[in-house]
Amino acid sequence: MDAIDITRKNIKRTGQLTNKGNIWERMLNQKELILMSIPFVAYALVFYYLPLAGWVMAFQNFKPAKGLLDQKWVGFKHFIFLFSDKTFLTVIRNTLAMSIINLALGFAFSIGFALLLNEVRQLKIKKLIQTVSYLPHFLSWIIVTGIVLDALSTETGIINQLLMYFNIIQSPINFLADPKYFWGIVGFSNVWKGTGWGSIIYLAAITAISPDLYEAASIDGANRLQKIWHITLPGIKPTIFILLIINMGNVLNAGFEVQYLLGNGLVQRVSQTIDIFVLKYGIGLTNYSLATAAGIFRSVISIILIVIANYAAKAAGEERLF
Amino acid sequence: MNNKSVFKIKVDEILFDVIKWIFLVLFVLATIYPIINTLAVSLNEGADALKGGIFLLPRKFTLENYFLVFKNKNLVQASIITVSRTVIATVLQLFLTAMLSYVLCRKDFIFRKFVTILYVLTMYVNAGLIPNFLLIKHLGLTNNFWVYIVPGMISAFNMIVIRTFMNGLPDSLAESAKVDGASEFKIFINIILPLCKPVLATVALFIAVYQWNSWFDTMLYNAFDNSLTTLQYELMKLLSAVTNQGASAEAMKNSGNMVTPATIRAAATIITAFPIVCLYPFLQRYFVAGLTIGGVKE
Repeated sequence: MDAIDITRKNIKRTGQLTNKGNIWERMLNQKELILMSIPFVAYALVFYYLPLAGWVMAFQNFKPAKGLLDQKWVGFKHFIFLFSDKTFLTVIRNTLAMSIINLALGFAFSIGFALLLNEVRQLKIKKLIQTVSYLPHFLSWIIVTGIVLDALSTETGIINQLLMYFNIIQSPINFLADPKYFWGIVGFSNVWKGTGWGSIIYLAAITAISPDLYEAASIDGANRLQKIWHITLPGIKPTIFILLIINMGNVLNAGFEVQYLLGNGLVQRVSQTIDIFVLKYGIGLTNYSLATAAGIFRSVISIILIVIANYAAKAAGEERLF
Repeated sequence: MNNKSVFKIKVDEILFDVIKWIFLVLFVLATIYPIINTLAVSLNEGADALKGGIFLLPRKFTLENYFLVFKNKNLVQASIITVSRTVIATVLQLFLTAMLSYVLCRKDFIFRKFVTILYVLTMYVNAGLIPNFLLIKHLGLTNNFWVYIVPGMISAFNMIVIRTFMNGLPDSLAESAKVDGASEFKIFINIILPLCKPVLATVALFIAVYQWNSWFDTMLYNAFDNSLTTLQYELMKLLSAVTNQGASAEAMKNSGNMVTPATIRAAATIITAFPIVCLYPFLQRYFVAGLTIGGVKE
């Protein structure tokens, strides 16, 4: 009897059943948890929320020598400049084009690879191919772009050598100097790096499909292509759909590492993305105000897209993303 | 089923298999070949490599490229920095993210919702490059090793991955410890943390790979201090050196050099990629599981 009472008291004291009692009691009971969380709240405020105050720079002629509030206010001048600037409009076009190309190629290759891999019956070989396919994901963009530059080199590059071997071209093409190839090169660099990694989630979804369905289809005389088309693909449709929606929210993040590392003066017209624009004006030319304005434009559009995507997912009957 | 349709199904199956294997073999070759080729070039004499035609094996074998990399003080220092940042950041981030996850997996915690939203929002709202750059500058983190560790110390994504795992642990574990009078911190360290090993391995891999492969923070904050640059950044410098000397390649072909920027870069690439390539196959089962936990909350 006594023991139970003491236990009850302990439970009360240590704040386990803390949904009862008023707010001060609960806070007192949870003082350890509160103490533990204070550094994290402080960290988030300083490193994630304080920089948001910097957004006011976009409405000023920011000079680093003066304080943030002693600057000259210029209203929407920088935004108006951005949208009348041909370079910035080109930059938006490049960003959208490259992220849509990356998205389409990424989806097609990851899903295709997952479907093919799922048809491999020899488990050891399947595992081996999988392991190999993850490798590029772990390599940095520095290494990957190095590999791409090597492969496309006019003198020793494997691509030019293969194309010449099969007589498709007569003389080597300098792929990286020609704007018309750049988006494709970026797209396939992403494919090379991301296909295996991207397939993980689809393979996981495929394993959740009931084997009974395949058996029933076999009895009905379906061949393997038909089974893929009528069972596997519909089975992973929800996964495809939800990933598509998530990625739609990221359409202004075309990435910048690959464009930055592969780009050069000759292809600048098609290689510059919003991020590179921000880097060039902000860090390179220390025009903080203009660069911040471009950054805000991207952030705000991204947030709007994510909110829309979230509601689209909900409307389509999928679980909400956040 | 008559014989004819059985035959047709057989032919379909074989055709399907042939096409499947063609694609898979091509895929594996396209993934592996560039790496083997880089390895071959890194083991080849520089001037000879410029003539081209090196595919899977070096033509004139030498270890000179590797010796030169290891003799280069910048690259050695960069390796030390890269290893340090990877180890320190992984341990620190893992511990702190797990601690935050523990606090936020406690369903009775009074500020649970507030702190969760505070962190989840950071996945969607980012102040952008310039405000972050100025913050780092004002905090005195430029030309400073800690710029690799402190910003981005807690990622909301990793927190969600760990928290999802912790939510799956039975509540009774922590409760019985609490009845015995253990403090929250002790419960976290002694009971919860050891049970989270699989998910911690996953997140550790994510953090370590990110740290190992970073170069942008070096370029932005530490580029002027040679003692603080990272391996990837040094590799990038080599890369642009190779690109820029493209025109003079013809001249170098006749110079009879044992090494060229291209072969040194190949050697540095192999050295940089080596630790990860050796490590990731063993952690495969962890990250596959981790990705499916955190990737899509289905």
